[in-house]
Amino acid sequence: MTSKIKRGVSLYSFQEEMFLGQMTVDDCVAFAASIGAKGIEILPEQNMPAFPNISDHDIAAWQEMMARHGAELTCYDMFLDTKIRKDRLMTDDEQVASIRRDLLLCNRLGIRNMRVLVFVRPDILERCVPYAEELDVHMGVEVHAPWHMDHAWILRTVEVADRLGTRHLGLLPDMGIFMKHYPPVFRDRFIRQGARPEVVEFILDQHEQKIMAEYVIYEVAVKMKGNKAEVAMAETLRHHPYANPRRIRDYIPYFRHIQAKFYEMDADCTDPTHAYEEVINELVAGGWEGYLSSEYEGNRWVQDVQPVDSREQVRRQHIMFEQLIAKAEARSAADAVG
Amino acid sequence: MFDKYILVDGSLRSTADGFSFDVMLGYYRGLGLSMIEDLVVSVDGQAVPRDAILFDEGKGPIALCDMEHAYDRRWPFGSKATIMVQCPQPLAAGDHHLSLKEVLRISYLPFPLVAEDSKTLTLAPTLAA
Repeated sequence: MTSKIKRGVSLYSFQEEMFLGQMTVDDCVAFAASIGAKGIEILPEQNMPAFPNISDHDIAAWQEMMARHGAELTCYDMFLDTKIRKDRLMTDDEQVASIRRDLLLCNRLGIRNMRVLVFVRPDILERCVPYAEELDVHMGVEVHAPWHMDHAWILRTVEVADRLGTRHLGLLPDMGIFMKHYPPVFRDRFIRQGARPEVVEFILDQHEQKIMAEYVIYEVAVKMKGNKAEVAMAETLRHHPYANPRRIRDYIPYFRHIQAKFYEMDADCTDPTHAYEEVINELVAGGWEGYLSSEYEGNRWVQDVQPVDSREQVRRQHIMFEQLIAKAEARSAADAVG
Repeated sequence: MFDKYILVDGSLRSTADGFSFDVMLGYYRGLGLSMIEDLVVSVDGQAVPRDAILFDEGKGPIALCDMEHAYDRRWPFGSKATIMVQCPQPLAAGDHHLSLKEVLRISYLPFPLVAEDSKTLTLAPTLAA
């Protein structure tokens, strides 16, 4: 069985090189296309210097760039500046207007998926559904760690989508929710910052055992009298729980795009941290259709000791995707016969 | 995430009423100027008062105190801006230790995001006019 999973990249992945002026957006798109990652996810507030005043000429230039590289725009990552004013939060009407502005720009770019920040209130999104339907844009609330698919806050969006019976509001999972093993790049950075080997080993062991973060933080901060780096390392557990990959299949009707978060790919093209094999098996078995969109976020963990090579990291992740998708397809076909 | 790149090497210059240097926004997207809560500058260990600081992302100098109302100006991702410091004593030529803390009001975070850098920058000697 051939799955309908496609491979893409978020421009977020190349933030280090773009920030330093070593790669242009065009370079990123050309690279992505060269490794068969033809779906391009954008952050207009990162990739469009004139945001939010985007001219028709700018839009045409983006579309021409996609055509030139044989790529397509897949997802628009929105932001919502509820704290734009120092003296008060945005009113509900202002929030709806800001989201509508993004939906319109998304539609002008010909993009049908919008990543909605997880903190946006479900009742605000409910008010935006008529605009999303009119412009044919799916608003996917980012399911970002430490939230997960079954988190009560996420279920509020699912409840709104169900009640309205709309196909234009749902979720957008970030694979960071499936962090099975502690990232070696996190560990090494904390060691460089002064974490002692015995404390590091303790935290890694507790993480493997899936001990609740609060227990580990107390042990490290109080009983072990942990230093700043050790406490900070223990506190990372609070933000990185491991959600059950089997649950993702139940939510397939609610998402059309995935942010494929990762911090580091090993030289043999395996991810030492996230449970991609389990997740891709579920996606293939569930017949999910959409883009796995690379989101490399390892730059900030290694830039103090080595040059960042986002291209190589993304390239390795895509080799892993090809292998895991093929494996899951073979398994799914065998199950169908058996 | 980009702290070590915030202060731009080789950018320290003398101005008519003080000195200036170039900076990057330590964040992965652009941000409206009204959400830059504070720019905390010190030079050679001396804190610079807020009202001595001007900022320019390319649209002209604006006082730090006025930035919170600058709803129509943005500091784009990956682009340099200039911080101008007014000070009564000119900086001497040579090395100076600068530090900058950017306090950013990021709506989806429960706390302000702080990006900071400190570096030794060199002020080239100016030729007498």
